[in-house]
Amino acid sequence: MEDLKRVKTMAEMMAEGISPEILFWVGCAGSFDARAIKVTKAFTKILQHLNINFAVLGKEEGCTGDPAKRAGNELAYQMAAATNIEILNAYEVKKIVTTCPHCFNILKNEYPELGGKYEVIHHSQYLQELIDAGKVTLKDGGAFKGKRITFHDSCYMGRANDVYEAPREVIEILDAELVEMKKSKKNGMCCGAGGAQMFKEDEPGKQRINTLRTEQALETNPDIIAVSCPFCMTMMTDGVKGKDKQDSIKVFDLAEMIAHGQGLDSIL
Amino acid sequence: MNPFILGQITLFTFITIVSFFFVYKRAKAIYRNIKLGRKEIISDRKGIRFKNMLLIAFGQQKMFKNPLVAILHFAIYVAFIITQIELIEIFIDGYTGHHRIIYHAIESIYGLKLLYVIGVNAIEFLSVLAFIATLIFLSRRNLVKVPRLNMAELKGWARMDANLILFFEIYLITCIFSMNATDSAMHYNETAIGYGFILSGMIARFIHELPHTVLMIWERLGWWGHLIGVLGFMLYLPSSKHLHILLAFPNTFFARLQPKGELSNLASVTKEIKLMMNPETAYAATDSTAESERFGAKDVQDLSWKSLLDAMSCTECGRCTAACPANITGKLLSPRKIMMDTRDRLEEVGRNIDANAGKFVDDGKSLIENGYISVEELRACTTCNACVEECPIMINPLDIIIELRRSLILEDSNSPEEWNGMFANIENNAAPWQFSQQDRLNWAEEK
Repeated sequence: MEDLKRVKTMAEMMAEGISPEILFWVGCAGSFDARAIKVTKAFTKILQHLNINFAVLGKEEGCTGDPAKRAGNELAYQMAAATNIEILNAYEVKKIVTTCPHCFNILKNEYPELGGKYEVIHHSQYLQELIDAGKVTLKDGGAFKGKRITFHDSCYMGRANDVYEAPREVIEILDAELVEMKKSKKNGMCCGAGGAQMFKEDEPGKQRINTLRTEQALETNPDIIAVSCPFCMTMMTDGVKGKDKQDSIKVFDLAEMIAHGQGLDSIL
Repeated sequence: MNPFILGQITLFTFITIVSFFFVYKRAKAIYRNIKLGRKEIISDRKGIRFKNMLLIAFGQQKMFKNPLVAILHFAIYVAFIITQIELIEIFIDGYTGHHRIIYHAIESIYGLKLLYVIGVNAIEFLSVLAFIATLIFLSRRNLVKVPRLNMAELKGWARMDANLILFFEIYLITCIFSMNATDSAMHYNETAIGYGFILSGMIARFIHELPHTVLMIWERLGWWGHLIGVLGFMLYLPSSKHLHILLAFPNTFFARLQPKGELSNLASVTKEIKLMMNPETAYAATDSTAESERFGAKDVQDLSWKSLLDAMSCTECGRCTAACPANITGKLLSPRKIMMDTRDRLEEVGRNIDANAGKFVDDGKSLIENGYISVEELRACTTCNACVEECPIMINPLDIIIELRRSLILEDSNSPEEWNGMFANIENNAAPWQFSQQDRLNWAEEK
């Protein structure tokens, strides 16, 4: 277990005349949601441990506008986008890594037309790169050995952007047993949070989407449900609690598992 | 010329010309209706588009997610295409008063005759496969009751349409075999050898002793029955969900190539924002576009023409709905119904234009509510793209849902309270929740 070191902002970096290699886009959930903050910190520890030259925007970061846009409020979205793009361009940001698939998708696919052109990658892809480059090796690889892990594809990394292999390759180095749900990858089912559903009650129906998705995950008899999205995290965690399985089945983000495997974090 | 044959030629010519005229009229109306949609230029990356069309429409690649259904569907499809070859001869015979004109013209050339016989045999074998497939499809719909083929939105005409098409196929296959079997029998009686059609030849063996007149009338019934069936099919097609057999091709060609997660940026909003942020330059640049723009879509005319082509191409198979997380968990939303409602409304608008001398007269309705797509349906979408992924011919229900959502929020301010709160938070404190932007880095202070 390592402590978090001081995290520098773009403004501080700029004042020191350093231009960071990457900007870590933390996102609203990563900044404010207690559970997602743990993921933010785990990922930050990995970056710090590897001495990666990164910065965050801190108080200058703002919602990308994803929930507003998906709800139909293009005005709120484009206002948010214009503000963010102005800041990102002012700092001459080239490369962004984010732990949120919604931020990833909107920054990568929808900002360019509005003048925000960056190389955007998701932390699952970044972790895969680090693993491939031999930078992340598991000191205590045995922590997850023999554990059954099922990976829940987030819609915004999966179908929306066709990224299916990166998270699975990250899980692979944990030396655990990856068990796929019946509905996975291209056929994966949504956790129920996307399209701004996170921010309102479900429409009338016979079941909540996250309950059904959790049932599908439980069918694989997992020890861990792995996710790569803060909203999926909330939905799956709630789903597991709803089934009263929170003591035996844990929901973790990829970054948390890698940080734990490296001895930077303690989650098990 | 024999007056009987002359009569046949006249009748044939009359029926085909009248049919083609009406098909032309319907096709023109469909083309016009699709063009009622918002302009969108789709002309990039033609190579990839062509490949998509070839693999996904012609090769039915996405159907093979479920191999059994794919093979049955493919049998009907190939039988349908290859039967058109025999239709060429039927048409020439019809206009000239000949009988099997191609066969008799090439009879003496062994290689060509062999090709002809192989061709007809292929038609017959595929027709039998198609016949079996059709029976299986009928039972999947009506006996086994596969859930996606028996949902609420299919009640009434949609269900009837699906079954009619299948019965139609059985009818056409029956006609082909009546025609070929009786013809083979007569040919056998005359020349002591058949045509060499294996399957109809087998039937011919059982019936060749029937009186010649009976065989002849039966043959003519099969021949005319087949022809009228084909023409009827052509006339019926434009009003049926079965139009996908044609529109799948342009629809896959024009389907979007961007990542599925990428939504368009509403240009009218970008303009508004530029105005707000920099009034002088924005005014100068946008002054010429005086026409007021809609935000999102309230009615079919506000949707991209591609969405309207999507709606006309949909064959209501329901794979989208069967994969929709909202639908599976009992919400009202069904992506298939989104497509069906869009088509129904588009046809209503088309009829309105026809009835008003080429101009749409406001009927006080729109695609939202009015018995079409309800607000509740639109609210249930998680934008997960499962429906888009599922569609075998690359229809995108999500594009329509997003455009309608935009109109609800931006034009009608019709939004749930919780969403209003989220919007206000994003605008005021740059997060969807009520946290201060000043606290965004607090997490880094914790251990």
